[in-house]
This record gives sequence, C-alpha cells and structure tokens, in this order.
Amino acid sequence: MADVPAHAIQRRRLLDAMLTGLGAVALTAVVGAVLLMVGGHDPWMAATAMIRGSFGSGRTFVSITLVRSIPLILTGLAVAFAFRAGVWNIGAEGQLYAGAVAAVWMGLAGSGLPAWLLLPLVVLSALVAGAAWALVPTLMRLKLGVGEVITTILMNFVGIYVAGYMVHGPLQEARGVFPQTDPIAEAARLPMLLPGTRLHWGFGIAVLLVFALTVILRYSRFGFQLRAVGASPEAAAVSGRIDTGRVLLVSFLGSGAIAGLAGGVEVSGLTHALYEDLSPGWGYTAIAVALLAGLNPVGVVITGILFGALQAGAGAMQRDAGIPAAWVGVVEALVILAVLAIDKVRKMGAIVREDAG
Amino acid sequence: MTYADLVLFLEAAVRLGIPLALAALGETVSERSGVINIGLEGSIIGGALGGALGALTFESAGMGVGVGAAAGVGAALVFAAFAVALGADQIITGTAVTIGGLGMTGAIYQARFGATGTELSLPTLASVRIPLLADIPLVGSALFDQAITAYLAYLVAPAIWYFLFRTPYGLELRAVGEAPDAAQAAGIRVLAIRFLATLFGGFLAGVAGAHLALAHAGTFAENMSAGRGFIAIAVVVLGRWDPVLVLFAALFFGAASALQFFLQALGLDLAYQIFLALPYLLTLAALAGWVGRARAPAALALPWEAQR
Repeated sequence: MADVPAHAIQRRRLLDAMLTGLGAVALTAVVGAVLLMVGGHDPWMAATAMIRGSFGSGRTFVSITLVRSIPLILTGLAVAFAFRAGVWNIGAEGQLYAGAVAAVWMGLAGSGLPAWLLLPLVVLSALVAGAAWALVPTLMRLKLGVGEVITTILMNFVGIYVAGYMVHGPLQEARGVFPQTDPIAEAARLPMLLPGTRLHWGFGIAVLLVFALTVILRYSRFGFQLRAVGASPEAAAVSGRIDTGRVLLVSFLGSGAIAGLAGGVEVSGLTHALYEDLSPGWGYTAIAVALLAGLNPVGVVITGILFGALQAGAGAMQRDAGIPAAWVGVVEALVILAVLAIDKVRKMGAIVREDAG
Repeated sequence: MTYADLVLFLEAAVRLGIPLALAALGETVSERSGVINIGLEGSIIGGALGGALGALTFESAGMGVGVGAAAGVGAALVFAAFAVALGADQIITGTAVTIGGLGMTGAIYQARFGATGTELSLPTLASVRIPLLADIPLVGSALFDQAITAYLAYLVAPAIWYFLFRTPYGLELRAVGEAPDAAQAAGIRVLAIRFLATLFGGFLAGVAGAHLALAHAGTFAENMSAGRGFIAIAVVVLGRWDPVLVLFAALFFGAASALQFFLQALGLDLAYQIFLALPYLLTLAALAGWVGRARAPAALALPWEAQR
C-alpha cells in the first residue's frame, strides 16, 4: 500500500471524477452550512445570494461566472498537467504573474503593430515567461535534487514582488499616480467571444487547450511517457525506454507555460493593464480545481466554472447577505478535504470487497 | 553606516527570524517523523488570530499566546486527521488547511471587527531584558532584549536536538520518518507518533503566529502570516533537519529580510520590492548551493498505512 504513489489514486476517469465531485460538493454544502450557522449566518440566505450572483441570469452566468472561471480553468490545467507527471508544481501563482508581466510589456512595447502580429506575440510572451518562471525549480529538481514544492512556492513570492516592482517602477503608467500600467494597445487585446457580453476569447483558448491536452495525454507517445512517469518514475526509468528527466523537464516547463498563459490571457482579455494583486490566489485555488476534476482536462473546465461561480457568488453574498467573502476559502478547503475523504472511503470499500471475494 | 545602524540591523534580523524559527522547529519534528505539513501557514494565521482574540478577551498577552498555540494545534489537528489518520496526500491536505485557515481567520475577523478592518490595539508582549547578556556589545540587545517567545525558540532548539538524537523516543520518531514499515515491525506505533509530532508542529506554529500579532505588529490583519509557513518549511531544508541549524537558518532568513533596513541605511536607492524579494532569492540560492546534498527523511511526504 505504502509504495503506491499518492497521486495515482486521484487520477480518475471523467465519469468517476464527476461522481466524486458531486459527492464532494454535497458534503461541502452540509459541512459549510453547519460552519456558517456556527458563525452566526443564515446558510439559506448565503446559498441563495451566492446562486443569484453566479447563475442568476444568463447574462450573470456568461459575463461574471464564465469570465471569472477563465484564469481558474487555465491554472487548473497547468496544475493537472504537472501533477499527472508527478511534478508538484505549487508555483502556478508566480508563473501567472510572470506571464501577465510579459504580456503587458509586449502589449505596451508592440503598440503600432497590427493585431494579427501583436496578439500572437502577446500570447507567446506569456507562455515563454511562465515556462521561464518554472525553469529555476525545474533545474533545481533535475540537477540538484531539491524538491519542487518549496522552490515553486518561493518563486511565487518573487513573482508577486516582481509584478509589484514593475507597476511601481519601469512599467508604471505615464501619469505616475497609481501603481498600474497604462492600458495595452487595442491590437494586443483579445476580442470578445460573445458580442454584447464580457466573455472574451480567453475562454475559447482554454477550451482549445483542453482538447489539445486531452489528445496529447491520451494518444501521443509523450502523453504515454508522461503518465508512466507520473505513475512510477522508478518503473519508467527502469523500463529503459523512457527518458524520465526529459519527460519531467517538458511537463514542468509546459505546466509553467500554461500558468503563464493564464496571466497573459487575463490582462489581454479582461483588465488590459497590470496592477498589484491581479490574482486573488488563483494559482493556489487551481490545486483544488485540478484535484476535484480528478486531474482530467475536461473535468477541469467543469470544476473551473464551479469555482468561478463560487468566487462570483462570494461577492454577491457579501453585498446582499453581509457574509464575509473570506468564507470562500473555507468552502474551497472543504471541497478538497471532501474529495480526499471520499477517495479514502472508496478505497476502503474496494479493500473490503477484495477480502470478501 | 554606523555602529548604531548595525545594532538596529541585528535587532531587526532576530525580530524577523524568531517567528520563522518557532514554526520551523516544530516542522523539523514533524518532518523527522515523515510528515511535511504545508498547512503550517494555517496554523500560523490561526495562532495570530487566536493570540489577538485571547489577548483581548483575557486582557493578557500571555493568555493570548496560550490561545494562539491552541489554535495552531487545532489547524494541525485537521491536517493530521486527513494526512496521517486517513493517509491522504500530505501536499494536497496541507494546501487545503492553508487555504481554509486563511479563509476562516478572515471570516472570523470580519465578523468580529467589521469588513473595513478597524485597527486593533492589543496588549503586547513586552521585551524582557536579560541582565548582563543584553549588555554584550553588538549582538547583546538583538538576542537578549526580546519578547519571551524568542527565548522559547532559543531553548526549544537544543531541547529538540537532545530529544531527537539522545533519547529513545527521539530514535523511535526518526525511525518512523526513515522506515515506517521496519518501525512498525519493531513494535513502534507509527501513526500515533506522526500524529503527535504534527500536533507539536502546530503548537509551535501557533506560538509563532501569536508572536506575530502580539510581539511584532500589536494588531491582527488578514493574511498577516504572509507566507511564513512556506518559508519555515524552506528553513527546515536549509537547516538540514537539524534543530540547532534550523534556528540559525531562521535567523539567516531574518537577516536577509532585515537587509532592507541595512541597505537603506547605506543609502542604496533600490525599489523596496527588490528588498522584499531578496530573502526568497537568497533562500533559493542557499537551497541550490549548499543544501543540495542534504538528505530528507526517507519516508517524508509518503502516506503510510499499518501493514497487515
């Protein structure tokens, strides 16, 4: 039992992941309601305000919930991709900031270029910057054997401070009043996906990426190698056919690139400028998003929208019901713990069935 | 750059290093038993809010430290229930405890003091000046004119070292972290030891949080732990899982953080974000250059179930 890699149990088929997810959501609702009552709030009021603020109307759903879900889906994909390979990339937050800084820099420096050239450059620079931000932890793991959990977390802090430095220093707006950049060129902005709403092409990019990752993971030679390394790096190395180091390098940098893309898409599609506190911790929430989806790319879209709804609803909850939005963190933690508990119960069920048979 | 500047720098280094030292020393014990607690941040922020509420309720900073320690144990209890008792993945459980701890403390704080965050003024932990020792030139006041929690860190470091390397219980704890199956075969109760070691880590992290609120800031603010739980885990690696080295590693990180005052006193005109990022960069460099060869406990981060 002890030598089964931890992440092997969390990787599930889509249907299986959805059933676990539904169970986890139900469990979270029950425990969350009890905690809210202990905190002196009315859980029914909280729930109705939350649902109104996220699914209340088609417009709310598209312009608020779906828009909020875009960075969560993208960082969720980044985390899922790394975890599938057995790479504990907790650094999506820093990689996201690196991507956002690079995209804004390109969007400012490239003003004057036509959109067909500038927009791909913006996206590309976000991808490259995210991968570059993951490079130091990658090399430290592969060359020096320093675990990536700590190094990626340390890089998160550096990334946040670098973004802070940029908006106070070299990239600060020309007026020099607020710690933010000037708006990027029109040609550097992602077009709207649905006219008349705030839903931008970032959502389309996320969906395309889901297809790409699904195909890569399931049907490509590299995807097979990645899954093998994730299941057991020792076995993959012993097989002699898999260059474990190369697989880890590509999946780690790829994960960083996707997280960087999340930052680039956010500034190019929505904010059109960089400022401090761009991310409310998406890179960490992404771990819950990926885990709840069973590290399945298609599932990440569903859980990403769920967490997007949660964050959209939290604002409404604070506004309409006077319940602190900080409760969202508690709910996110409950979701993760519920998934872990359900996994455990199912595993014990399997052992009991084995013994009986 | 004067003598007085240097003294100020050292004082800041110790002041910033102490909460890290406390949290990292507790984490050293739990990691030696094979448990990496990424949820340490949750224990620290819980300790900070517990410390603030306790100090307000009982009008005593000392009681605040007690309540803060209890809150730290509470957060570690959630972590241990899942990561040790249920054998769930430690990294994922720890992430949940961190996210939940930050959310829960924020919610409680806002419910109690309002969303605007009225400035709290708390009974603070007074500095206790140790006669003679505090008069040592240069380092005396930095090391020996500090809050009582600082002296706890000085005492706990050698005590943990003695416990780990000179007592049979310490040997059992290390055996659990290196080879849990063999430890079980030798009659050692693996999960009980991991559970207690994790709670001890939560206890010291809670004290660290209370120190932040009561000795450092004199107030509570949301997210005031500011990633110290993660840094403490890096400090454990820097200190090579040796409690005495871990204490020095924490002070090293404190010094790196205090460099901002030092360099500003030198008249160096750099953006303050560079100074803020410096400790993280130095820690990365130290991990790369010096600790690469250090070996973690063999069973670290591996969930374990009793063998049948």
